[in-house]
Amino acid sequence: MTYFQDLSRQAPEGPSFGPVENVSRRGLLKGVTAAGGLVLAASVLPRRAMAAYVTGAGDMPHGVVTDPRVFVSIAPDGIVTIVAHRSEMGTGVRTGLPMIVADEMGADWARVRIVQAPGDEAKYGNQDTDGSRSTRHYLIPMREVGASARTMLETAAAQRWKVPVSEVRAGVHEVVHDGSGRRLGFGELAADAAVLKVPAAETLRLKDPKDFRYIGKGTVSITDLHDITTGRAGYGADVRLPGMKYVVIARPPVVGGKLVSFDDAEAKQVPGVERVMEVRGWPWPSKFQPLGGVAVIARNTGAAIKGRNALKVVWDDGANAKYDSVAYRKELEAAVRAPGLVVRNDGDAEAALKGASTVVVGEYYLPHIAHASMEPPVATALWTDGKIEVWAPVQSPGGTREDLAKTLEISADNVTVSPTLLGGGFGRKSKCDFALEAALLARELKAPVRVQWTREDDLHHDFLHTVSAERIEAGLDKSGKVVAWRHRSAAPSIGSTFAAGATHQIPIELGMGLIDLPFAIANVRCENPEAAAHTRIGWFRSVSNIPRAFAVQSMVAEIAHATGRDPKEVLLELIGPARIVPFSASVEKPWNYGEPVDSYPIDTGRLRGVVELAAEKAGWGRKLPEGHGLGIAVHRSFVSYIATVVEVAVDKKGVVTIPRVDTAVDCGTFVNPERIYSQMEGAAIMGLSIAKLGEVSFKDGRVRQSNYDDYPVVRIDEAPRVTNTYIVPAAAGTPPSGVGEPGVPPFAPALCNAIFAATGKRIRNLPIRDQLAV
Amino acid sequence: MIKVKVNGEERSWDGDPSLPLLWFLRDELGLVGTKFGCGQALCGACTVHVAGTAARSCITAVSDVDGQEVVTIEGLHPQGDHPVQKAWRELNVPQCGFCQAGQIMQAASLLAETKNPSDDEIRGGMAGNICRCGCYQRIEAAVRVAATGT
Ligand code: FES
Ligand code: FES
Repeated sequence: MTYFQDLSRQAPEGPSFGPVENVSRRGLLKGVTAAGGLVLAASVLPRRAMAAYVTGAGDMPHGVVTDPRVFVSIAPDGIVTIVAHRSEMGTGVRTGLPMIVADEMGADWARVRIVQAPGDEAKYGNQDTDGSRSTRHYLIPMREVGASARTMLETAAAQRWKVPVSEVRAGVHEVVHDGSGRRLGFGELAADAAVLKVPAAETLRLKDPKDFRYIGKGTVSITDLHDITTGRAGYGADVRLPGMKYVVIARPPVVGGKLVSFDDAEAKQVPGVERVMEVRGWPWPSKFQPLGGVAVIARNTGAAIKGRNALKVVWDDGANAKYDSVAYRKELEAAVRAPGLVVRNDGDAEAALKGASTVVVGEYYLPHIAHASMEPPVATALWTDGKIEVWAPVQSPGGTREDLAKTLEISADNVTVSPTLLGGGFGRKSKCDFALEAALLARELKAPVRVQWTREDDLHHDFLHTVSAERIEAGLDKSGKVVAWRHRSAAPSIGSTFAAGATHQIPIELGMGLIDLPFAIANVRCENPEAAAHTRIGWFRSVSNIPRAFAVQSMVAEIAHATGRDPKEVLLELIGPARIVPFSASVEKPWNYGEPVDSYPIDTGRLRGVVELAAEKAGWGRKLPEGHGLGIAVHRSFVSYIATVVEVAVDKKGVVTIPRVDTAVDCGTFVNPERIYSQMEGAAIMGLSIAKLGEVSFKDGRVRQSNYDDYPVVRIDEAPRVTNTYIVPAAAGTPPSGVGEPGVPPFAPALCNAIFAATGKRIRNLPIRDQLAV
Repeated sequence: MIKVKVNGEERSWDGDPSLPLLWFLRDELGLVGTKFGCGQALCGACTVHVAGTAARSCITAVSDVDGQEVVTIEGLHPQGDHPVQKAWRELNVPQCGFCQAGQIMQAASLLAETKNPSDDEIRGGMAGNICRCGCYQRIEAAVRVAATGT
């Protein structure tokens, strides 16, 4: 939701509420208090910049909280409990942020416990786990939290020993008085420290990075590792409440459709089915509100699914009944062949194109794709005495709480959202429709309710990645130098999920690889022709960067081919010399991922750096076996710089395999390199799924795909043999930048450029599927 | 009355015999380590062992396992120290973790049948298990580690 501060126009909600973590661990903090230890409890520090750089964190809804008493508690036995306030969906953030606190305060990781915060942004600050923002927004705030806690422990020790605080220092999980050799453990100091004032931010001392024990080392495993490998980790469907009802819902198959009538006679005969009822839907578009339909309530999920299969439902399909992907593609392609809304205009691209000695034209098409996270949407809800409690795998626990309050028309004080682990999110679980469904039913049924989406539900009712046509015309002078660039990009906007009739891309979409093109070209024109949405459009890991990077980075290789040059050389030439590229003055609302350009400028030196690093590591230019090819692509997104080189092998039948991937990442100061590697390995797989397999298409307004058979994703036998990741060491003081998403965009163009190098066939439409079959 | 031994414990079911084993385990017995990913034998998230071999519990009816032994991730090893589980931790395989119970059960079954699988045998043997997070490189390596210790 936080992409949409300007669109959703909600007043920030009031404060307060609820328990911590999923049920089994609830009460831990309380227990600590009862035991008389330090629960550093509640007051808010004025936020001051501790570092040389400023991020956009303060501009997020509810901003940043750095009060150590909100995040840290210490029990008399020395166990340090740290609150993770962001959702864990596989990036490692639930480990990474507490690890920063622990390092800064001197806590021994073996004696740290992590609890998950409920949705409560007044207390914890912004909790939206999206936009690849968590580490970049929270490295310094989490260090402040740790530094405050450390200072309080040091002060407590100095008072106990009656020595100046300057003579004591925190060691590992203890405070030491060097002069006398005395030492006291954190647990022994907890009660005294608890009553001290939180130090003023400007008085805090931050650790010298050379003293870090965890930050930047990659030696800490994710906190849930053991539980995951033993089946004990708690995901959305793993919360069990006494007397809970299991529900699946038949939803209108066309977005904007509604229920006409249903016949539940057979459904009710299914053993285990207890009730069938209509559930409320909202008209489209209505942000994340439920679609409505018919709920089948049963004693277990299997019975509910069987009951739903036996339902006979009549729908009114509504205004999108004719949405057809074949026809729509033609519309989009026609749109990019005609002038559209100008969203960037430097120099005179029209004239320069006319005067060019060669014009290279590329048209690219990328279909809708579905998130298809391994865990389908699911939520559990309990309604008691006018209060709702929801357990769900949500990326935005705070936003979910606000939406629940609005939907149920109750005060947010009466809403508790406990995020579980997420079995993947990729943007889908920023939209809390499934949690709203469970809450509405729990109130209606006066019973605890679990609403489970099947994989078919997930694919049929996703907030899909947009569908797009991209057309680039590059004008070359006699020497082969690019003198003009016109990029038209047409795609239904995410804005259409929030406001009816939105037909143009919104600034955040335009800023993802279109108007922020960092090339050294004098005449650049970007246009955004109209495109109406006919389904729910949402954000998918890396969002509009997927089609833009595909088009731009494919075009670079097309220009190289047209001029008989090496693609990497052309890429570097287009990027131009190392410099800071300002956003074009012609862009009305530039988008820099919400970050100030002073801290996060477009730095072509860093862009060049990753190109050169990836190329060098991949052995760019090396001699390859017959049928092999190397392709390269680079993209700046989420204020990080990532270049990927893919080696492909294409056999005589046109079957593509990938011997090797080399990715260079410049994400500034980093916290957990081990999880950066895993994100890049995963991004290569997701990029490959997008390139090779992923397509959601519509006919008669309905999604045609239903499960992993007709919406295939990459399996282990198609995975690259090796994915190597190289992290660029950060220059001192470089702000941290995104990791979760930016690995995705360069993959598909690098792959298709490699296929071209191997076969001479240029892939302009994704997915590749059988386009290479011979 | 259907009787089935789950993780060594005798269990019975007198409801719908066609109920998929997955929902019997998860919703009726509360063994929620086994996951639902597709319901159609396409993803492997629901993999358990039936009579010692990997099976997709989402398409296995409770009646199909009448009188049999079923092992879930919770029962794979009393301390969670099956060589596959240990290898998974050693290599930090999981991202979101949701597929991993199924991956681990599949890998354990694969290694029970093929002591020292080649890379291609690992890829072939694990190809029924989707990991949407894309942990495949580490899954492949971890199966190797579990088999050989390196
Ligand atoms: S849930 Fe059984 S294979 Fe996917
Ligand atoms: S770890 Fe997320 S699906 Fe495999």
